[in-house]
Amino acid sequence: MSKLLLKGGRVVDPAQGIDQTADLMIDDGLISGIGSDLDANGADVLDVSGCVVAPGFIDMHVHLREPGQEHKETIKTGTAAAAAGGFTGVACMPNTSPVNDHRAVTELIIERADEAGTVPVYPIGCVSVGQQGEALAEIGELVDGGCVAVSDDGYPVATAELMRRALEYTRMFDIPVIEHCEDLSLTGTAPMNEGRVSTALGFKGHPAAAEDIIVARDLVLAELTGGSLHCAHISSAGALRMIRDAKARGINVTCEVTPHHFVLTDEEVRSFDTNTKTNPPLRSQAHVDALIEALADGTVDAIVTDHAPHHADEKALEFDLAPFGIVGLETAVPLACDRLLHRGHVTLQRLVELLSVNPARILRLDAGDLSEGAVGNVTVLDLERTATVDAAAFASKSRNTPFDGWELKGWPVFTIVAGEVVWKAPG
Amino acid sequence: MPKTKEAEAGPAAPGDAGDLILPVDQQAASLKSKDLLGIEYLDADEIQLILDTAHHFKEISQRPIKKVPTLRGKSVINLFFEPSTRTRTSFEIAAKRLSADTQTISASTSSMVKGETLIDTARNIEAMYPDLLIIRHAFPGAAHMLARTCSAAVINAGDGAHEHPTQALLDALTIRDHKGSIEGLRVVICGDIAHSRVARSNIHCLRKLGATVVVAAPPTLMPCDVEALGVEAFDRLEPALEGADVVMTLRIQLERGGKLSFPSTREYFNLFGLSRDKLALAKDDVIVMHPGPMNRGVEIASDVADGPASVILEQVSNGLAVRMAVLYLLAGVGAAKKNVETAA
Repeated sequence: MSKLLLKGGRVVDPAQGIDQTADLMIDDGLISGIGSDLDANGADVLDVSGCVVAPGFIDMHVHLREPGQEHKETIKTGTAAAAAGGFTGVACMPNTSPVNDHRAVTELIIERADEAGTVPVYPIGCVSVGQQGEALAEIGELVDGGCVAVSDDGYPVATAELMRRALEYTRMFDIPVIEHCEDLSLTGTAPMNEGRVSTALGFKGHPAAAEDIIVARDLVLAELTGGSLHCAHISSAGALRMIRDAKARGINVTCEVTPHHFVLTDEEVRSFDTNTKTNPPLRSQAHVDALIEALADGTVDAIVTDHAPHHADEKALEFDLAPFGIVGLETAVPLACDRLLHRGHVTLQRLVELLSVNPARILRLDAGDLSEGAVGNVTVLDLERTATVDAAAFASKSRNTPFDGWELKGWPVFTIVAGEVVWKAPG
Repeated sequence: MPKTKEAEAGPAAPGDAGDLILPVDQQAASLKSKDLLGIEYLDADEIQLILDTAHHFKEISQRPIKKVPTLRGKSVINLFFEPSTRTRTSFEIAAKRLSADTQTISASTSSMVKGETLIDTARNIEAMYPDLLIIRHAFPGAAHMLARTCSAAVINAGDGAHEHPTQALLDALTIRDHKGSIEGLRVVICGDIAHSRVARSNIHCLRKLGATVVVAAPPTLMPCDVEALGVEAFDRLEPALEGADVVMTLRIQLERGGKLSFPSTREYFNLFGLSRDKLALAKDDVIVMHPGPMNRGVEIASDVADGPASVILEQVSNGLAVRMAVLYLLAGVGAAKKNVETAA
């Protein structure tokens, strides 16, 4: 029976309405109590005074690349990166090779994650067979194998008919359909946002309208079916307006945003740095402002990384030819602390909802709270710690970040999974 | 021409200045960057320096023996990853008239067809110690990538729809020849603005030199937020042409997509083709320009292209002088920079 006592931290647990200096005890992997001056009683003691003790953070949108693209990332390196970023769990997208449209792939992912033994991995299955947008994948089998949601991420669910059936069918299993909102006929080969920067640089532009159109379609279908819709990596002010309105009308919709979309604008692309190439693309300041407003007012449910590792060789190409994607697991929490919390856009309680409570709720996980008997997953933050992003030191196999060298304030210091410290900050 | 003392002493004059006849101030002046990647990155003084230098180079091409030893011993490599006749030939001739050694590599004969990346191609060429690299590429930023990888001076000869700086410089030289100065002129650029690197470089160049720039295109061929480039935008040609000193028409780039941009070339010509009737709306002394290649009867009527207002072939001649000037100015800067790096 291992016991761990976190001593003297600021315990923030929105689920129980707790925000107070207290000790937290984890006994045999489960939370056994919160209180002042708890007796160690043989437990290992971690002094976390001056730090925040929060329910473990969950990144509900990552690409672990295994099986099939292990030169970019593996489940082992990806989960190590998650732990190093303060995440106690990740949900991985199905666009691997082969794609996760079959129970065997789901089970392989879970098995490899168990072998790595760092943080739990929650697989997301495909909506359609082969992500081809034609026939529904065996969603019942996928759920039985351990999938927590379905998505054709990388592409939108191809047709309104398929999306309707997916939203209806998943009601049986009470899982969300996660949508990559992009009207491909409007974006084509566009490598960046459409706006004054694409005009200046001569790139084909990806208009925010491409996102808005699929969000609009899917909100109509969510209302029609009563299915559970989750809109991935929202980047557009228009999409947020529609989602805010839909929530007010009681439609079953949630959404997520990434740090790179609420921190960076398309002005970054002027450097032609392919680490700024992502899909959806970095947008203009007006969209960034709308994202921050929606993060604060509750329209946005979750912060996710869309961790998308790529090998350096793949990114060392002309901007048009380089693949889309940014790694995010090891920068998301400090970016959220520095840019949202310390700048006063969100409260600490709201930040914990965005990174833990809500992802757990959306994926129906037994996580995201510190109540007695809950799994002892905890993220410990030092909000005053200032450090510089060092991509060369990432646990991830890939280094494709536009944030290398950034000095940020507010970092994770301990990542605790089922009462075990799986990562602690160096130094 | 007698060799001048200034020419010998000029630090920016590479190698033997031969019978160059540049004024003293230009011998000493140079461009700030080792590369010419776009007009956006130049200031007005640098643009004027290139134009003044080009003006002096024009005369060489009219001599019976069209060659000076200015860049003797310098090595110029043309990397053309996209089809080009005019620009490639112009750079080759410009380099040869300055006595540089030139080598042209085109996409179909390069290792790119064997799967080599642009960066690896650049590194291999760099290992042969070229002094100047000229690159034409289908994608924006390709020249920047080369410039970051190589210590040789890089000249952007067109990167996708981004920039084509020597085209804008030769256009500015042509306008200056006819109008004396560019300051205060009203210049209309019309046609496929969305896909045009020529438009972008010209907008930067003409605005830096004090012109008012007007763009006219169907909304389907006008890039988003074009006003942010500092231009006035029109979706019909006629009102744009009123009071124009210069009209530049652009080729419709069907190969860059946009099949839905207009229904037919016939309708395009009716709405946006530069005809004599439409040109009459401009000033009496208007000049008509086109960067080529030209589609007669699509963006321009033949009687305008070949008419008295047309300066289209002068643009081509000036292209040679501008490219000689750019090669000359950058060969000097590149050598100086390398020396500094070696010493450091």
